[in-house]
Amino acid sequence: MLLYILKRVLSAISVVIVTLVASFALFFLAPTDPAGVICGPRCTPERLADIEASLDLNEPPINQIGAYMKGIVVGREYSSGGTVRECAAPCLGYSYTLGQPVTKLLGAALPVTISIVLGGAVVYLVVGILTGTIAAQVRGTSLDKLVVGSTLVVQSIPYFVFALLVALYATFLPDSGYHPFTDNPLTWASGLLAAWLCVGLTNAAAYTRYSRASMIEALGQDFVRTASSKGISRRRVVYRHGLRAGLTPVVTIFGIDLAFQLTGAIFTESIFNLPGLGQLTLRAFGQYDLPVLMGGVLIGSVVLVVMNLVVDIAYTFLDPRVRLG
Amino acid sequence: MSDQSIQAPHTVSRVPRTPAANEEAYLEVSDLQVQFPTADGLVRAVQGLSYSVPLRRTLAIVGESGSGKSVSSMAVMGLHDRRVARIAGSIKVGGREIVNMSDKELEGYRGGDAAMIFQDPQSSLHPYFTIGDQIMESYRAHNNVSKRKAKDRAIDMLGRVGIPNPRRRVDQYPHEFSGGMRQRAMIAMALVNDPKLLIADEPTTALDVTVQAQILDLISDLQRDFGSAVVFITHDLGVVAEIADDILVMYAGTAIEHGPVNKILGEPLHPYAWGLLESIPALTGEPQPLHPIPGSPPSLLAVPTGCPFHPRCEFKDRVGGDLCTTLKPDLIPRTGDLGRTSRCHLKEPDKVFETEVLPRLP
Ligand SMILES: Nc1ncnc2c1ncn2[C@@H]1O[C@H](COP(=O)(O)OP(=O)(O)OP(=O)(O)O)[C@@H](O)[C@H]1O
Ligand code: SF4
Ligand SMILES: [Mg+2]
Repeated sequence: MLLYILKRVLSAISVVIVTLVASFALFFLAPTDPAGVICGPRCTPERLADIEASLDLNEPPINQIGAYMKGIVVGREYSSGGTVRECAAPCLGYSYTLGQPVTKLLGAALPVTISIVLGGAVVYLVVGILTGTIAAQVRGTSLDKLVVGSTLVVQSIPYFVFALLVALYATFLPDSGYHPFTDNPLTWASGLLAAWLCVGLTNAAAYTRYSRASMIEALGQDFVRTASSKGISRRRVVYRHGLRAGLTPVVTIFGIDLAFQLTGAIFTESIFNLPGLGQLTLRAFGQYDLPVLMGGVLIGSVVLVVMNLVVDIAYTFLDPRVRLG
Repeated sequence: MSDQSIQAPHTVSRVPRTPAANEEAYLEVSDLQVQFPTADGLVRAVQGLSYSVPLRRTLAIVGESGSGKSVSSMAVMGLHDRRVARIAGSIKVGGREIVNMSDKELEGYRGGDAAMIFQDPQSSLHPYFTIGDQIMESYRAHNNVSKRKAKDRAIDMLGRVGIPNPRRRVDQYPHEFSGGMRQRAMIAMALVNDPKLLIADEPTTALDVTVQAQILDLISDLQRDFGSAVVFITHDLGVVAEIADDILVMYAGTAIEHGPVNKILGEPLHPYAWGLLESIPALTGEPQPLHPIPGSPPSLLAVPTGCPFHPRCEFKDRVGGDLCTTLKPDLIPRTGDLGRTSRCHLKEPDKVFETEVLPRLP
């Protein structure tokens, strides 16, 4: 069991390192001119050379990536135009357009995105699994048909349209905006409520259908019949025996789906004006702010890998047959 | 047809096995009907099934696949979803009527007075709960005891069904058990509340031969200890001979022959039962060609009129007129032996069996 978790952690770390090298290669060795962009329109050749030197752009690629990795571990300094900018470990580079270390920018944006994704997940998991389980129990009735029909309608609306509709019409919801959880959990929650409902309700449609299918299969299993033959209540049969089995495939889907949720957060952040990773990287993209882009990709991959790791480990607790492996 | 039941008393030597006073029926099924309305039409899975089982006796139910063995037993356990199955007739267990019992009452009945063992212990145990947890749940559903007490009971039961080291096994998951051990655990779970009625639906089919024999022994031993009425469903006539007191042969959702084991296996009276005997391979000597019953079981959407077996029956020409195709025979004593009944128009079936069928048997 411990060995299994250790293996999963190691493979997760290697995934992150591969992503780091690959994205470094893509961004910093691309035929763009990062120093020129940083330098701006009124650039002098000296200043350009200065910037290039500070970004190690003249060094061979292997040294560049070495310096970058060293920065992650021990931090580094950037000097341009005579000023020296401190970039403490873990240093992911320095954004000249925003005049801040990338780590600091990401550190501010990450909690926003995670709040959106996880809060939304709570909404769609609870709503989806409950509705799906109820629909599975009344399979074939008009209530079941109504549930399946509405999930189809919700799923056929493009996500950004749905998000816009929520933003425009759900004016009774508290204004959205990000307030750190540590300041006041209540304002944190109320500022995110609209985003959560939007993420939650659109995805609940899919999760209702997964759960319904999974529960129909689970409720048809022999062990559910055995459970009924014991004389326990129908509710206990469904929610203890059926749901326990029906939930496992849903958790698996959830693990895979989290990656897409992270991407989806870009829309949600823009529409609800939440300063998360999506907004940060979108802006960086518009301004060729390569260090920020690079950091965004990296942190995105770390978040993804960690989330998948958590789901994998949760899975071993859900299914005792995996535990021995 | 009553004239056909009056036979010359040529079987005087046999003692009619009418249930004695101490053999009052514990389970009594009368004219049971189970139907499933489906998109293709009404599936008549069980029609007009009647039988009874006293305490301390084992009734084997045999019949081809689809003859309604499981569906009728699920009805006895009150396991059918009322939205899916239509049930009529009467099922009395210990004097209580099961058909139309309220859901609440059914909960107290299932797993308490009556318990069931299923065919495949692999799929019938929940893969995510420990064996002990599953046995304790059954016990606590009917006894208001602490978890600790329930666990002691589970360990005790595991020991009684012959699982070595029950104290350690109780915390293991089904996948850590072998097939035979899983079935033992299922049996422990079924018997945890001392049920007076035990239904075993092909409990050994999924197991290999040596394990099968052990499980059969276990069930008969436990029955002796617990004194319950047992309904044992099987395809295997060898198993029947070993474990049962009585046999009920089912065809197309109804009983076509019923009586004590030695009689029915030794001298069956129904052409379908003859076919069953011919279709079992001889246990000793050279392998012989099997004689499967020609034709296939009827569709339950359109059960044949008259005798449901008539499309496959080689003896229907012996019956006068078109009785076989128009009139469903009653389940009645066909010879002087009142302890056994069968559902066939054929006259003097015992003589036909002795002169024509017996010589062909392997
Ligand atoms: N829910 C249902 N809806 C429609 N038909 C059903 C349903 N359940 C069972 N049946 C039908 O009832 C008939 C009797 O099935 P049953 O399981 O009792 O047979 P069986 O005698 O136990 O056979 P086997 O030896 O294969 O276990 C079958 O034809 C089956 O298709
Ligand atoms: S009633 Fe007729 S068709 Fe049916 S088993 Fe008897 S002889 Fe055959
Ligand atoms: Mg069956």
